[in-house]
Amino acid sequence: MKSSPILTVENLSVVFPDNNGGLRALDDISFEVCPRDFICFLGPSGSGKTTLLRIIANLLRPTTGKINFIRNQHPQIGMVFQQSNLMPWRTVMDNIKLPLELEGMGENKARLKAQEMIELVGLRGFEDSWPRELSGGMAQRVAIARALIHDPDLLLLDEPFGSLDAITRERMWMELSHIWQASQKTVIMVTHSINESLFLADRVLVLTQRPGKIKLDLKVDLPRPRNDDIRYTPHFGRLARKLRETIE
Amino acid sequence: MMIKNFLNRIPWLGILSLIAGWLAWTLISRFSGLPRFILPSPNDVWLSFIKSLMNGTLLYHTAITLIEVLLGMLAGVTFATIVGYALAKSRTLEKILSPYLVASQAIPIVAIAPLLVIWLGGGILSKVLICALIVFFPVLVNTVVGIRAVPSALYDLMHSIRATRWQILIKLEVPAALPVLLGGLRVGATLSVIGAIVGELVNAQDGLGYLLQLGDFQYDTSMVYVAVFMLIVLALMLYGMVTLLERKFLKWQQ
Ligand SMILES: Nc1ncnc2c1ncn2[C@@H]1O[C@H](COP(=O)(O)OP(=O)(O)OP(=O)(O)O)[C@@H](O)[C@H]1O
Ligand SMILES: [Mg+2]
Repeated sequence: MKSSPILTVENLSVVFPDNNGGLRALDDISFEVCPRDFICFLGPSGSGKTTLLRIIANLLRPTTGKINFIRNQHPQIGMVFQQSNLMPWRTVMDNIKLPLELEGMGENKARLKAQEMIELVGLRGFEDSWPRELSGGMAQRVAIARALIHDPDLLLLDEPFGSLDAITRERMWMELSHIWQASQKTVIMVTHSINESLFLADRVLVLTQRPGKIKLDLKVDLPRPRNDDIRYTPHFGRLARKLRETIE
Repeated sequence: MMIKNFLNRIPWLGILSLIAGWLAWTLISRFSGLPRFILPSPNDVWLSFIKSLMNGTLLYHTAITLIEVLLGMLAGVTFATIVGYALAKSRTLEKILSPYLVASQAIPIVAIAPLLVIWLGGGILSKVLICALIVFFPVLVNTVVGIRAVPSALYDLMHSIRATRWQILIKLEVPAALPVLLGGLRVGATLSVIGAIVGELVNAQDGLGYLLQLGDFQYDTSMVYVAVFMLIVLALMLYGMVTLLERKFLKWQQ
């Protein structure tokens, strides 16, 4: 039962102006995303992963090619940036409720919802901390809470767990899986980690070195819900090897 | 324990230094043989202070200068932040306006103060304008710098959650630029006092600058000292006001 795609990308290329003829970051990228898909982009540094997310988030226009949304309507987006990107003059609580403020939600209601998100990402007790008082991993969890709070249709995650320690990272994988399954959101995530992509995604798209092209579109047919043990199954191993070979 | 804490908090050295200064001043004025209209004794100045305080003149003139300074700052800061924001947003506008801005800075305010007084009269208006002009530039520059320094990643964040231009201004640009902006205000506050005095020295019937000049004409040097002293108090007050604003709004900076 394949539903119609909520997002289609056609022959997309991006060239950044520079001093010698332009820097090609993405080259002829095409793919579709269906509702409730969990898609991972895997690729070496500089392959244009962040650039791609910025285009999807409507922060950047492609040089050529098209990007279409279902009903031609740009979806509500929640984005987690590669750096946590918090406002240093807002407390944890106020950073998380920013998207609700912009929607004009009442202060009390917004605080209640933000408190729920704070519990979800395990930051209880830090509501009134300033960003400068947080560790990198804590800051990133605030950013994740902020991206989820306004219940977006499309979640864009740019290496959200890059600055977390291994244990917290795996806990966040579980949390993200749960959130994704419970909320039925569509997720596009960028990562460097093969394990992470296989643990979370339905599909892994591998990008080449710059300029980024899609080198492999791998369906991850591992059963859900996935837990830790799945990483020791032979099928997981096969998929991981396939990805590793493609990347090298 | 509490008493010890309290005693520790008193700036003993500062107080001692003030007492020593007072003594030295008294001794010099008594034994140097300088006439009173050149160097009045601290006691003369003190008496003059009390006298002008009691008959209301001191507070009256201080209030006039304070009003000029505050109105001038209000006008200067308002105008400077608006123009500064526009300049920060548009390179073209910056190119068009920058010759005027640079030229305006090359004119010493002291030189055009008489002109402004001729145009606007000897009343409060000309002084307000001089204060506004003198405050304008530092606040303008700091506004431009502050707005240009807003991290582009935070603009991305705001756009990704579909912030309106107004929301970006209120929730991102203003708070992000505030530290630099208040820095400009700090400089502006001190300059503004200078502006008011310059205007009053040119032509005025009231204000601390007028009091200064009156004391000068009447060889009442004690009065000059009192006026100068009030000016210092005024400048410190404004400085303290900016510091309070910084404490309130920049808590996040630690
Ligand atoms: N605004 C920009 N202006 C000019 N060049 C840019 C810009 N943004 C990205 N690039 C270039 O485009 C290429 C791809 O950058 P991008 O940030 O998308 O890579 P990435 O895959 O996210 O890398 P990483 O894994 O290190 O985050 C890089 O060579 C980068 O220098
Ligand atoms: Mg990146």
